[in-house]
Amino acid sequence: MASAAEADAQNNTGSSDLDAFREEVRAFLAANFPPELRGKSNILSSVEEAGEEGSAEKAWRVAMGEKGWGTPTWPKEYGGGGLTRKQARALEEEMAKVGAWNPIGGMGVMMLGPTLLEFASEEQKHEHIPPICKGEIRWCQGYSEPNAGSDLANLQTMAEDKGDHYLVNGQKTWTSGGQWADKCFCLVRTSRADKHKGISFLLIDMHAPGVEVKPIKMISGMSPFCETFFTDVQVPKENLVGEEGQGWTIGKKLLQHERTNLSGGGALAALNAQPLHKVAERYIGLGDDGKLADAELRVKIADFEMRWNAFLLTARRAMEESKAAGGVSDISSILKKSGTKLGQERAELMIEIMGYRGLGWEGEGFEQKELDGVRAWLFGKATTIYGGSTEIQNNIIAKRILGMLDHQ
Amino acid sequence: MAVLNEEQEMLRDMAREWTKNEHPVGAWRKVRDAGQPFDADAWGEMGEMGWAGIIIPEEHGGTDFGWLSLGLVIEELGKSLAASPLVASALAASAIVLGGSDEQKAEYLPRLATGELIGTLAFDEGPRHTGLKASTSVHDGRLTGTKAFVHEASRADLFVVLAQDGVYLVEKGKGISLSKRAMVDMRDHAEIDFNDAPAQKLAVGGDDLAQKIVDRACVLTAAEMLGMCQAVFDTTLDYLKQRVQFNQVLSSFQALQHRMADLFTELELARSAVEGGLQAIDSGFAVSEAATLAKARANDALHLISREGVQLHGGIGMTDEYDVGFFLKRARVLEAAWGSSSHLRDRYAAMKGY
Repeated sequence: MASAAEADAQNNTGSSDLDAFREEVRAFLAANFPPELRGKSNILSSVEEAGEEGSAEKAWRVAMGEKGWGTPTWPKEYGGGGLTRKQARALEEEMAKVGAWNPIGGMGVMMLGPTLLEFASEEQKHEHIPPICKGEIRWCQGYSEPNAGSDLANLQTMAEDKGDHYLVNGQKTWTSGGQWADKCFCLVRTSRADKHKGISFLLIDMHAPGVEVKPIKMISGMSPFCETFFTDVQVPKENLVGEEGQGWTIGKKLLQHERTNLSGGGALAALNAQPLHKVAERYIGLGDDGKLADAELRVKIADFEMRWNAFLLTARRAMEESKAAGGVSDISSILKKSGTKLGQERAELMIEIMGYRGLGWEGEGFEQKELDGVRAWLFGKATTIYGGSTEIQNNIIAKRILGMLDHQ
Repeated sequence: MAVLNEEQEMLRDMAREWTKNEHPVGAWRKVRDAGQPFDADAWGEMGEMGWAGIIIPEEHGGTDFGWLSLGLVIEELGKSLAASPLVASALAASAIVLGGSDEQKAEYLPRLATGELIGTLAFDEGPRHTGLKASTSVHDGRLTGTKAFVHEASRADLFVVLAQDGVYLVEKGKGISLSKRAMVDMRDHAEIDFNDAPAQKLAVGGDDLAQKIVDRACVLTAAEMLGMCQAVFDTTLDYLKQRVQFNQVLSSFQALQHRMADLFTELELARSAVEGGLQAIDSGFAVSEAATLAKARANDALHLISREGVQLHGGIGMTDEYDVGFFLKRARVLEAAWGSSSHLRDRYAAMKGY
């Protein structure tokens, strides 16, 4: 990512400069962060609900967006903060001190922005990145199709060259947050001649004529994903990122950003949650010997908590190794599959611990967090499927890390 | 692999070169065939390289490089199943570092640091490690009791013994009789009867001295097991890439690719836990928790990898001529040492108050 390299170049920020910067941050927060927003969170990051932006939230988003501090290390010329990594860390720390949170987020920040910085033209960067930095545009991802899941390159949505525009026809699915997105970054087919080299990376306006979005109701009862239909949608030529046929390369790079963000997956949520054994103490209780009253469950919980800690140590090690080596460490490849698996195990254990109280759907007789846990358990089944299923992760580990090649 | 400093990298590279060139698995095969407990010349070389003194303070003749450093060496030795009393002797030394008086340190540590003196722990009294209960008793400086399955017993000069009221040092000599216990790993184990053997207490270490020693034993044993996991995994992967059936190398079959991806995952999770345990001892922070975690993960990972290693080698893995069986047999002995996984889960839960 260009911005990170630039940030590294300026990473010799002196400590007195850094102190001055902290002063600036504190003054900015005192003037702009509405104290009533303390402890809330960023609605742009949620794919599970649209969220409604109140006036205080809007003011906070605009203030941070103006500064570019929601995307602190992105270059200033495109609306980012232009901060060094040290400054970005100082910003984060100062925000945490007063309970402030980053109001800028979502797929534009996590996935598209870094990809545009690497592959887009100057004009495209100036057009698309500043609204991401300001949180004005919500992006969604148009990758999967009914017949292109794990075999993503089998996608069939066609973008036909009509001189000054592309005419797009086809169907995308599992479009996260599609029903409230303004724009979609899409993989489309510009040629049928070659499976991979026929794919291009196109930015499509979700409000354009011919775009239709249908939310999909999931087993959790929620509709975080949509089907998206494109029927004779006209997309200006200047919305092609990179060259025609370069989409597979760009799209894969973008998935790396996704995987980095998902590596904890459902497991990351568990980080802030109560330890399982504390939940079990409440629902099951301790016996006279001071041990959890259900001996078998006690063993299962201990086993889970130990494996969970080994995972956390591994996530930390992957980060340290990557930093020391100046590249992605081999063990990063196991984080998505192990983190998501553990997250699901935890949710299943929660149900076992709570019994019927862990299976409530709605209404009376349940605490809110019990009901939330049920939905999280169901939604969490997606974590080992999306972002490259566990089986695809195993293929990646076997081929790229272990050098086990397919039949020749 | 944890991020290492220069000193640690040198030490690891030295150990890696030495085991590869001087002491591959074939060297252990010769030792076994000759019916010896270990190769005395190799042990002499380890002493010269300073490995026996890595966790001993400089004032007592060691290098004080720390536990992560020692763990790196032990891992390399584990890869080639190099038989030596290094783990046992380092643990005995650590007991004296933790609980010895100045006189005891001056008396024993310099000779343990060079490898001239061999020490070992004699804690458990039955076939399973079940905690810190001992019936062994001491009256007027004389220790009496029976210790089961003591590692590196026949060549040990100094025993660190768990008794009812603390941890004691007993020198080889009168009041001690050994009965050999030949186990599947063909290493040097014995039951030891202490009968009014002269003993001196390690009086400085505090009430939890025995626990501290067991924590260190868990982590160092786990480091050896980690090396074994890595070796079996690497050997198995190599084999799958060479063996041809149905006109294809086995490594091209997806069923095997996914099993290896799972083993790789377990191996790396275990590595993080073991390195975390070594680092915890060096930093002195939450050692018991980290040690329990390290041994439990090493147990489960090595159990799985040693079983799959044999299965994936097919019939040849069942032969004595092939190395993978050695690892399977040593694996189960080390899994039983200092706590099976079920014991460790129980201990972990108890530590967390549930």
